[in-house]
Amino acid sequence: MPGAIYAEGLVKTFGDVRALDGVDLDVPEGTVLGLLGPNGAGKTTAVRVLTTLLRPDSGTAVVAGIDVLKQPNEVRRSIGLSGQFAAVDEYLTGRENLQMVGQLYQMSGRDAKARAAELLERFNLADAGDRPAKTYSGGMRRRLDLAAALVVSPPVMFMDEPTTGLDPRNRQQLWSIIQELVAGGTTLLLTTQYLEEADQLAHDICVVDHGKVIARGTSDQLKARTGGERVEVVVHEPEQLTTAAEVLRGFGKGETTVDTHTRRLTVPVTGGAKLLAEVIRELDGRGVEIDDIGLRRPTLDDVFISLTGHAAETGGADGDQPEEAAA
Amino acid sequence: MSVLTQPGADTAAPRPRGGIVQSVKDSLVVARRNLIRMLRIPEMIIFGLIQPIMFVVLFSYVFGGSISVGGSLDSGLYREFLMAGIFAQTVTFATAGAGAGIADDMHKGLIDRFRSLPMARGAVLTGRTLADLVQTSLTIVVLALVALLVGWRIHEGVPKMLAGFGLLLLLGYAFSWIGALIGLSVRTPEAATSGGLIWLFPLTFISTAFVPSSNMPAFLRHIAEWNPFSATVQACRELFGNLPQGYPVPDAWPMQHPVLASVIWSVVIIAVFRTLAVRKYRSAAA
Repeated sequence: MPGAIYAEGLVKTFGDVRALDGVDLDVPEGTVLGLLGPNGAGKTTAVRVLTTLLRPDSGTAVVAGIDVLKQPNEVRRSIGLSGQFAAVDEYLTGRENLQMVGQLYQMSGRDAKARAAELLERFNLADAGDRPAKTYSGGMRRRLDLAAALVVSPPVMFMDEPTTGLDPRNRQQLWSIIQELVAGGTTLLLTTQYLEEADQLAHDICVVDHGKVIARGTSDQLKARTGGERVEVVVHEPEQLTTAAEVLRGFGKGETTVDTHTRRLTVPVTGGAKLLAEVIRELDGRGVEIDDIGLRRPTLDDVFISLTGHAAETGGADGDQPEEAAA
Repeated sequence: MSVLTQPGADTAAPRPRGGIVQSVKDSLVVARRNLIRMLRIPEMIIFGLIQPIMFVVLFSYVFGGSISVGGSLDSGLYREFLMAGIFAQTVTFATAGAGAGIADDMHKGLIDRFRSLPMARGAVLTGRTLADLVQTSLTIVVLALVALLVGWRIHEGVPKMLAGFGLLLLLGYAFSWIGALIGLSVRTPEAATSGGLIWLFPLTFISTAFVPSSNMPAFLRHIAEWNPFSATVQACRELFGNLPQGYPVPDAWPMQHPVLASVIWSVVIIAVFRTLAVRKYRSAAA
């Protein structure tokens, strides 16, 4: 049975740009899929197709069991969308914004009002609820935008770079809201260019680049693909690099790299903490003085670089502008 | 239970009623939103009023003594003649407001939000144009009061006056659909404002709004007499009793049947531009 979000062979071109080049997705109910990629990778285009905003050139998409292309209005009843820009009317108060969205979700005036009050309370906006949204801080606007997406407690949620531009405290706050949502059974598709965010929130991750899914799996699986763990040692004296390299070669499962400038040696290993302890004893026994030693696991940054050949944040901090321009 | 989720609810939103009831309801929700916005940006309403008032004063006192209507240079006669033109120009300038508002909504991602909601297709645009209609009505009332101050009078009674204002509002409503299409087609609110205005100048000047068509070169005269704008202006002059004695009514069909021509033009503009705008809205990509 297909998941709460299912897509097969999605293609969308804007002129010469293949924003989506055959994307397949399958998100089981109640889980979080992180769509990870640099600016212009096709993340926003994928969200726009799945939320009925954009018709793909080809492919199929099913959300909450409903065909996105055949019954878009049915899909709209079951989804919430929180886009890259806080889409709230800045001249309306927070309360008026939420009531309007509730009514447009076809709630009665009274229900929309009650729900708006409930959400303002939950999102720490009760005090600001009757002020125009243009007086809100960036973090407050994002919370209001997310509240608007949750007016009907949709079973499937889409969030396009929900924390881009937020300070760490606001990001943390938004993360905990997202975790609460998922704990309650909501299926979530989240796009992000923050590797840490995908690592924290997503059960499964799809790495996208140039409109294609180039890797998928759990965070751990993706990390394992880049070659697992390694031991890194920084020695105190440059003269001891040769001795240290000899020691590491004895434990390593691959080539030992030596950076004489930073006095750092790296070697891939298997065996975890137990092996690390042995390495330390051996180095100590040979009289090598150590400044730093550790077992490093690859970060998603490493994953990204090894998959795409370039770092994740190549397009600057300015959202998905290339996609915007193409759209 | 969490505020955020409702376990067990298979689908969240109530089933849309669909059809005309939902269209009307959704349009009113959006219209209300736009009216609240207008009230919170009062300078927009004030600027919207200054321009037509300026035109009344400039045209009546600067050009008034030099433009001959019905063979007379009496500036009082010209003021009466002029007012229908100013009214019509004012209602059509609402085009720029609708365009800029919708372009702004696109720019800020609000159109995306609306398009992801299970609401009636045309409601975002209808709501906007209805709100503009309310604003235009307000502008017309203020403008009529200013016009009374500079000597404009009606001579055919209140029912015909109301009919005249009705035609003006219908024309303004029709033009705000042109604005909606422009707003959806451009990238920025600034572009929508200028894009909504530049073509209005030739349209309003190559018409019978400010001067009679009889002195225009033949090809301009034909354009002026078939201009939708002229039809409404001519209809208002008849309904307000503002046609000077001896004013030669052109032979062109819309000038001979201005009320009917005005209604037909407005209805056609609404039908065409509403269709185009709603189609554009459905495929809009911010």
